[in-house]
Amino acid sequence: MNATLAGWLQIIALVGALALTFRPLGDYTAHVLTSPRHWRAERLVYRVGGVHADAEQTWPGYLRSVLAFSLVSVLFLYGFLRLQNHLLLSLGMKPVSSDLAFNTAASFVTNTNWQAYSGEAAMGHLVQMAGLAVQNFVSAAVGIAVVAALIRGFARKKTDWIGNFWQDLTRVVLRILLPISLVMAVVLVAAGTIENFHGFQSITTIAGEHQSIPGGPVASQEVIKELGTNGGGFYNANSAHPFENPNPFTNWLEIYLLLVIGFALPRTFGKMVGDNRQGYAIVAVMALIWAASVAVVTANELHSVSSSAGHAAGGMMEGKEQRFGIWASALFAVSTTLTSCGAVNSFHDSYTPGGGGLTIFNMMLGEIAPGGTGSGLYGILILAVVAVFIAGLMVGRTPEYLGKKLRGREMKYASLYILTTPAIVLVGTGIAMALPGERAAMLNHGPHGFSEVLYAFTSAANNNGSAFAGLSADTVWYNTALGLAMILGRFLPMVFVLALAGSLAQQQPVPITAGTLPTHRPQFVGLLSAVILIVVGLTYLPALALGPLAEGLH
Amino acid sequence: MLGSLAHVVRHHLAALRMLLVFTVILGIAYPLAVTGIAQGLFPHQANGSMIKDNGRPVASALIGQNFNLPLRKGQTTPAPDPKWFQPRPSAAGKTDYDPTSSGASNLGPNNATLIKTIAQRRTAVAAFDGVRPSSVPADAVTASGSGLDPDISPAYAYEQVNRVAKARGLDPVAVHKLVAAHVSGRPLGFLGQEGVNVVRLNHDLAALQPR
Repeated sequence: MNATLAGWLQIIALVGALALTFRPLGDYTAHVLTSPRHWRAERLVYRVGGVHADAEQTWPGYLRSVLAFSLVSVLFLYGFLRLQNHLLLSLGMKPVSSDLAFNTAASFVTNTNWQAYSGEAAMGHLVQMAGLAVQNFVSAAVGIAVVAALIRGFARKKTDWIGNFWQDLTRVVLRILLPISLVMAVVLVAAGTIENFHGFQSITTIAGEHQSIPGGPVASQEVIKELGTNGGGFYNANSAHPFENPNPFTNWLEIYLLLVIGFALPRTFGKMVGDNRQGYAIVAVMALIWAASVAVVTANELHSVSSSAGHAAGGMMEGKEQRFGIWASALFAVSTTLTSCGAVNSFHDSYTPGGGGLTIFNMMLGEIAPGGTGSGLYGILILAVVAVFIAGLMVGRTPEYLGKKLRGREMKYASLYILTTPAIVLVGTGIAMALPGERAAMLNHGPHGFSEVLYAFTSAANNNGSAFAGLSADTVWYNTALGLAMILGRFLPMVFVLALAGSLAQQQPVPITAGTLPTHRPQFVGLLSAVILIVVGLTYLPALALGPLAEGLH
Repeated sequence: MLGSLAHVVRHHLAALRMLLVFTVILGIAYPLAVTGIAQGLFPHQANGSMIKDNGRPVASALIGQNFNLPLRKGQTTPAPDPKWFQPRPSAAGKTDYDPTSSGASNLGPNNATLIKTIAQRRTAVAAFDGVRPSSVPADAVTASGSGLDPDISPAYAYEQVNRVAKARGLDPVAVHKLVAAHVSGRPLGFLGQEGVNVVRLNHDLAALQPR
């Protein structure tokens, strides 16, 4: 089979698999989030945890629980990292420095998984599995919990209650993330991913040299790293590492896992608001953006567009693995930057200006196609609110979405959501570029060096976690600045989403009339796609012009 | 005031207890369960797909290795050994193919150092293998993402056949056959890219008898 046909089939098989799981997983998730019955195991968790999981919460109450859980998570993980040398299975690793521990704790709790450290050089097994990987599960579940609250805001009427955080969190973990992870971890091991508790094993190689082979409970962490759109690699090379991602099959499975929840949640949304067509419109926008991005990045990489190094080598293989090649690398790169995953199977810093630039643009879209677990759906629903509002302005009518009026209060929350992330990205990048010491952290020079810094802040504020990894980001300044960017980029938007949820839940729905903008038709799919591109394009064009555009046009 | 403070403290203690419950389930029980199943059902894969000679591990089939001549006095970088198939360039660690330091070069698509390095590699590989520089494939002149890539393209493997056969006094046809047997197709016919695992290839090469 020739490479082009194989490349296309690989994409088609992925789309097919995602389509197959769209309904069952989406419906099941809706059931999990609405079922009146607890599992016995869940009751036990609530009892041991000492939380009230039956009482519904108002939006401030829900938010307080989210923030309390996240705060203790950051502190706990920080302590874990600082004290890892005293714990079992530390492999002799030193305690993590205070700024790096803050950055890493913020990173994993915010579902970002930005890594300023190298896994095999800095982390023992216990901190990986009982510290970092636990956050891979619960941070993903927090995202789904928050979007569940927002959907309830649309679905409910005349109430202050938007659900119970502890119940949402526990159910998502125990009923969705854990069972899928258990099964898929075993599949990954069968296919070659390692799962053991060995330290470094010293061997004499075939040619008689010395080599240290690492160990670790990798497969169990690899699965949730993708499924929960976390992205933090067990090893520095992340999913390019043969022990994390040994062959093209595991690679395809990992791409599927990192997309599957994000693409299924619109079905959950449609189901919970009682109109499946609303979910289809949202998933159509996600799929359109994803497909267009796959096409552009793949084409740029295949043809070495505007890359002298690519032309010199005869192909864009710098930073890519032979077993994946261009097609499977580009597919991974697009999927990981359009979700908030940030795992990488190839190194984006060496991508063409167009391909690498688009990975930045993908993140700038706000991680919505399909986005992170939960966060992707609430991100695109906020943009849907904005799209409906703009359409309402055009015809001079009070806009409404799913029967809920979008008044000044709702639009204020939506606008604040939209403004938060770009403000963090652009201010952060601007400050870094103004400081000579921080500029010096770039590996590459000129526009590409600027892209490294822009990528870092875009990745942190959007909770992606991938990098133009040439940037030497393990400095006190970058660890602190990017740590703050991750925390603000995660929790400020959540505040606005939950406030919006509370405001929507209080409303009595207005009846649909002939003047209501239908939000399930292709017209709305087009409108929403256009609004996304225009809002993001206008916000970031100047920054993109200084980085990838300047390099590509050079 | 004190009452609300107590409430906040209680709330955070409950949050901490929930986190500890999840840590036990997800951070201890889950990885132990996966490891138990993995070691029971797939011990070879779970332990790194090690290749052994007389019970002694000599490689992981998944992790690339160097196949260089011993470093001579005054040399800073070792020369490739013509008796072995050579892997791709590596950015892992100072000595290449160092699994304690996986990673990529991260050099940009128009980085002057990278362009120069690629040109030098092309010249060196072409001279080493006795082929035209223009025929050297991309994977032979670029570093992988992990720095541990065990695979090379079939084109790069076939390019090395004559050099290896000559250095070992082997029949080139036999070496060519060995390479052909090591070309792994795409799983399911369309996933990823074809390749030749250099570690496995060289391991089997060592067993070939001179004519």
